[in-house]
Amino acid sequence: MSKIQRLVLGRLALGLLTLFAVSLLMFAGLEFLPGDLAQQILGQSATPDTVAAFRAELGLDQPPHIRYLDWLGGVARGDLGNSLASGRPVTDLIGPRLANTLFLAGYAAAIAVPLAVGLGLMAALWRNTAFDRGANLGALSAISMPEFFVAYLLILFLSIKAGLFPTLARIDMASGPVDALHATFLPALTLILVVVAHMMRMTRAAIINVLASPYIEMARLKGVSRRRVILVHALPNALAPIVNVVALNLAYLIVGVVVVEVVFSYPGLGQLLVDAVSSRDLPIVQAVGLVFAAVYITLNVLADIASMIANPRLRHGS
Amino acid sequence: MKSLLRSAPPTALFGMVVLAAVAITAVFAPLLAPYGETEVVGSAYQQWTSAHPLGTDNLGRDMLSRMIFGARNTVGLALLTTVLAFVAGATLGMVAALKGGWVDQVLARAVDVLMAVPPLILALMLLAIVGASIPNMIAVISVIYLAPVFRLARAAAMNVVGLDFVEAARLRGEGLGWLVGREILPNIWSTLVAEFGVRFCFVFLFIAALSFLGIGIQPPTADWGSMVKENATLITFGDVTPLIPAAAIALLTIAVNLIVDWMLHRASGLET
Repeated sequence: MSKIQRLVLGRLALGLLTLFAVSLLMFAGLEFLPGDLAQQILGQSATPDTVAAFRAELGLDQPPHIRYLDWLGGVARGDLGNSLASGRPVTDLIGPRLANTLFLAGYAAAIAVPLAVGLGLMAALWRNTAFDRGANLGALSAISMPEFFVAYLLILFLSIKAGLFPTLARIDMASGPVDALHATFLPALTLILVVVAHMMRMTRAAIINVLASPYIEMARLKGVSRRRVILVHALPNALAPIVNVVALNLAYLIVGVVVVEVVFSYPGLGQLLVDAVSSRDLPIVQAVGLVFAAVYITLNVLADIASMIANPRLRHGS
Repeated sequence: MKSLLRSAPPTALFGMVVLAAVAITAVFAPLLAPYGETEVVGSAYQQWTSAHPLGTDNLGRDMLSRMIFGARNTVGLALLTTVLAFVAGATLGMVAALKGGWVDQVLARAVDVLMAVPPLILALMLLAIVGASIPNMIAVISVIYLAPVFRLARAAAMNVVGLDFVEAARLRGEGLGWLVGREILPNIWSTLVAEFGVRFCFVFLFIAALSFLGIGIQPPTADWGSMVKENATLITFGDVTPLIPAAAIALLTIAVNLIVDWMLHRASGLET
């Protein structure tokens, strides 16, 4: 096995281990909870019989390690338990919403990634010009704004004042792909604005970092044009950090989706999670939290692997 | 101090003015606010008038008064949470660096797990378990944000623990408390202070987002995040009032970021 294969496999194993630890963390949280969960959820007025029945339903009468193994076995079989509020299987609730969330995140990513990398390249190319400073200030402001502020500003101007887009993003009411893209444009735009700022700043930093290396100075000294230096000499070597930046920001996008979905009452996983937290529907919280954590950890692992593969020293090393 | 202020770029000065204004508002909130924090003064959703400069909210409370009290609650809680995260994270980080061995390993691996999950998702999962309330929220967010502080403090302390004066203190027989407080902390203090500004912004935005989702600061406490949520319906009528608390959040975060940017720039030695 080559060095790179060993490294990649090691990183994958670490990712799996992390996910496992996260699921343990959820359970440890439940164990350390002061007082009785069933009592807390049902309230002080519940009779002891109801509480006992509820405890049995939750499996709280079993010792913790049995419960954890039971739950883990269920997850492996694709059974995530039933919702406390509606009694429906959690997998049925999550399935369509996961598709909606992935659609929204993918929509935003498809526009945000090329835009951010292009802007970052331009900022690096025209470093310390008015364009660079303007882009930097814009990015800093965008990072400082809460997602819901950006979302409501867009609603106010593009939806209420200009009437271009609906205020609520109901994908299920849409009658085709074009309709769906139109209905979900505002939430996607919110995510794009939030993510592009991060990605652009990091892309710019990655390229400027490469521009500081001696071989770039050599290219300059032999009279290569500024544009050619960036596109032919710097970009191929900055690709690894840029791919890393993109993957990290896609992970960030997955989190940003929660607030945006609530603002636009978009039927996705984020909204499901927030509703479940408010009503303390723990099986749903556990399952959705684990899905989000799994996607986030996967993207982080991919980011690491991408930068390993893009590194020639590791690729061709013995 | 005067020359320091004169050397500050206009962006940093702007940040300091905003920060000072928010701080004064927060400290003197009861004197500045025309009405009480939760006092119902009229019908819901009134227009902007001279009696109610920003109108009234969804329950007929004075919007301006709630904005002023919100400065105290939102900023105060974010500050408290950040301080807690720093005290816990920095202490653990320094202890890990000093002790090494299994103490270091256990703490570092625990922090790895905390940082492997997106903070918002982790906070939502933990708050679902312990229930949404202000003390729970502060505890959960402090735990989540002690992770990055731990990493920074540990890395910074690692550079110091090997130095001779620490070795000398150890040979003198000083206890762990002395080593952490008298030997390590003074030498990593400036690193931690710069990080504090950055982390405060994260925590502040984080609390605002949680409150907006209805899982952070609970009603009837006035808070900028939940004020946006409570009055959001007004936006569909083209009224900008609900955006004012959101704009206040953005403005304060930008102000702190501008100051931190300037401090980092000064610390990097690019400008004398």
